[in-house]
Amino acid sequence: MLIRSKNNGALTESHVTDEQVYRQRRQLLKQLGFVGASSLLAAPAQAGLLNWFGKDDEPSSSGDAVRRALDYTAADNRDGEVLTSEAKVTSYNNFYEFGTAKGNPKVYASQFTGDPWRLDIGGLVDKPLTLGYEDLFQLPLEERIYRLRCVEAWSMVVPWVGFPLSTLLRRAGVSSSAKYVAFQTLFDPEQMPGQRTPFFGQGIRFPYVEGLRIDEAMHPLTLLAVGVYGKTLPGQNGAPIRLVVPWKYGFKSIKSIVKIDLVDQQPPTTWNISAPGEYGFYANVNPKVDHPRWSQASERRITKGGLGSDERIPTQMFNGYAEDVASLYQGMDLRQNY
Amino acid sequence: MLSVLPPNTLTRGHATVLRLCLHIVCCYWLVSAYWLALNDAIGGDPVESLLHFYGLGALRLLLLSLLVTPLVRYLRQSRLMFLRRPLGLYSAAYATAHIAVYVVYELQFDWSQIFAELIERPYITVGFVAWLILVVLAVTSLPRLVRILGKRWKQLHNTVYLCALLGCVHFIWSVKADIVEPGLYLFMLAVLLFLRKEKLLRYWGRGREYRRR
Repeated sequence: MLIRSKNNGALTESHVTDEQVYRQRRQLLKQLGFVGASSLLAAPAQAGLLNWFGKDDEPSSSGDAVRRALDYTAADNRDGEVLTSEAKVTSYNNFYEFGTAKGNPKVYASQFTGDPWRLDIGGLVDKPLTLGYEDLFQLPLEERIYRLRCVEAWSMVVPWVGFPLSTLLRRAGVSSSAKYVAFQTLFDPEQMPGQRTPFFGQGIRFPYVEGLRIDEAMHPLTLLAVGVYGKTLPGQNGAPIRLVVPWKYGFKSIKSIVKIDLVDQQPPTTWNISAPGEYGFYANVNPKVDHPRWSQASERRITKGGLGSDERIPTQMFNGYAEDVASLYQGMDLRQNY
Repeated sequence: MLSVLPPNTLTRGHATVLRLCLHIVCCYWLVSAYWLALNDAIGGDPVESLLHFYGLGALRLLLLSLLVTPLVRYLRQSRLMFLRRPLGLYSAAYATAHIAVYVVYELQFDWSQIFAELIERPYITVGFVAWLILVVLAVTSLPRLVRILGKRWKQLHNTVYLCALLGCVHFIWSVKADIVEPGLYLFMLAVLLFLRKEKLLRYWGRGREYRRR
């Protein structure tokens, strides 16, 4: 069990979650009816726990690897948007390293915890950093409730737990010559069956790579998430650490990161390599610029429940974060830089 | 030709049982997938699951219907021919369910967007045309219409090959990157068409002759 170090200078009393608040949060979730969804998961999670020390693990689709509870500051932006249930967030994933169908990652990443881990921060920095698994949880963690808009025109609302990418980059010391940040996902065919054969996770090249412009990377909304729904990330959501850039299409939010490099040129990005006419480097959510094969004007919001419970809603410019990020793209032709 | 059975050993009873099995399986899948989706028990996003299940179902059933004639020839069991019509009809039913899910649950009756997608997105257009063909073929497979159409029925129902091709194109065009699976369906269709190459060439040749005249 990891306990965040108390003598962390950046931490003030206001960062500590009041137990009252924490309880209220649970209460709130209960009132909203999420208890139903989580209890669905309870039994299989327990089975996974019991199996943990058993001899051979049958690849149990429901037996998630144990997720630890995290210590974090609760989000303050509970502005009425209904959260997508934990069951949906953790069972409907695009993570080709674990298979191309949305349900595959949950099955094939069930034993993937990302522990041990090694994350290297290098390139144009003052002091390169190497973080191990436990180090990922040493910065003050906060909860961020973000809309997640997939380029496939569906969306979710997800309570992530993590820290701003800028905090980590400042620790490494960003050199003034750094213009972009390049990210890389783990390449480990042993653990990631999608990388083993071109017939399973095929269509994109591995390792998965992504990039941000330096001002995007340093933006306070840009998050490195180490948890979701109050616990460490499950494998299918990008354990142990992933990027979350809420105003961009989901594929920008690279999962299971092993390398963060500061560079002076725009880095290659996986989907752009795969289909340059369909996926650009910026990939900002934009209802006015359609995907060549489908409209981006609206999205289906996945919350919970079965058929007929999703609402089709208009997509917002920059996924509703225009107030915070539109200035980053002043004067840019967003049709050209899609 | 090699055959596991002596010719025409299938009795009328066998054929009836086979057809009954087909009805049970196809109806069961059609209804149970919907039931599972209503109860949120078919993947994280029941809309997507259902859409894929019905779409793939339609394509599989259509390819199976195209397999019947070669199988009848190969096994020399003419009674198997009885399977062709229900397979085609179920393919049309699954395709209709596929479109219904798209209109009702994916785009949620946003007609302006539905029409915009139909016109602007080639893969949707292609899929829609394939569905139209299937519906026409399904309606004209009423025994009375078969009789009335006579010779033209055959010509009309030869568009099933075009329909299957459009279905495969729709599938390949709709995926983001993983074209292996839709590629396999296209390959299977190619094999099925190859088995009828004489007929298709004749058909093609007659068409050209007709145009020349």
